Amino acid sequence: MLIQATRRHFMGHSATGVLSIAAVGLLSGVATGAQAQSMDASKDVAILNVALGLEHEAINAYQLGAGSNLLQKGALDVALLFQSHHKAHRDALIATIEKMGGKPVMEKSLADYAKALGADGLKSQTDVLMLAAKLELGAANAYLGVIPAFKDAKLAQIAGRLASDETMHWTALRGALAQALPVGALSFGA
Amino acid sequence: MPTFQVAPMSTKARQYAALTFAAFSLVGHAVVAANELYEARCGGCHSVAQDRVGPRHSGLANRLAGSVKEFGYSQALLNAGTKDGLRWSAVTLERWLTNPEALVPGQAMGYSLANPQERKVIIDYLLSLP
Repeated sequence: MLIQATRRHFMGHSATGVLSIAAVGLLSGVATGAQAQSMDASKDVAILNVALGLEHEAINAYQLGAGSNLLQKGALDVALLFQSHHKAHRDALIATIEKMGGKPVMEKSLADYAKALGADGLKSQTDVLMLAAKLELGAANAYLGVIPAFKDAKLAQIAGRLASDETMHWTALRGALAQALPVGALSFGA
Repeated sequence: MPTFQVAPMSTKARQYAALTFAAFSLVGHAVVAANELYEARCGGCHSVAQDRVGPRHSGLANRLAGSVKEFGYSQALLNAGTKDGLRWSAVTLERWLTNPEALVPGQAMGYSLANPQERKVIIDYLLSLP
């Protein structure tokens, strides 16, 4: 009864921060070594900036969901928890990009994200959770898909950790939606 | 020994699967709809109709690389389109998704899709988009 248990947990859980300080510290430590190899670092910065764009979008997606008045209390609490994770990812990525000499990509307006994500089509809590699940799955796969491109293996490891967070979010959202788990193994990243 | 139960497919999902069977492709051990695979693998950054972290994919077939007007491409991809004439086809997309940096050094995507079966399904889907 894993799915039902997960769903109850999702609806009843309250927010607690998890990742931010440790992630920032770890990413900051990685950056110092990477600075020595500027060409490789430049490529890694470009990838990190794409990741930062993803995090900006995720934060705003959860903001749109939280502000929609479509989420019940339990779902809202977890949406805000997941948003806090994405804010921690964002902060860690910005700190790393800056330490590597790069310029972090800027966040767009909430209206821009609303248009890009089709937020005007969200009519129910299920719609919001399905959008969130879709974005989390895409983000998990995106992080897994850039791992081979990193020149710095420690940054690749961080991408794996970020993917794990997104996968955890996706799994909880699938449970909340009472949707099936993947039938086959190795369904993430390919 | 813990046991895991998978929720049964809903009636709506079964109807959807039946109606869209023609669009399904065999990927590994699972049958996955091409649009679902696209959402899973590309949907973190892209959508069909809107520019997001990556540019929109509508009208991608034979499109010049770096040519969506409002999107902020890397200089490398802009040059690949305007100076080198790179256009998106089954051949160039295969090279792009296998190793984007090998095709366009200095590009910003970084993402690669290692599974050749999945690349085929996604390339066919991308090239079918109006």
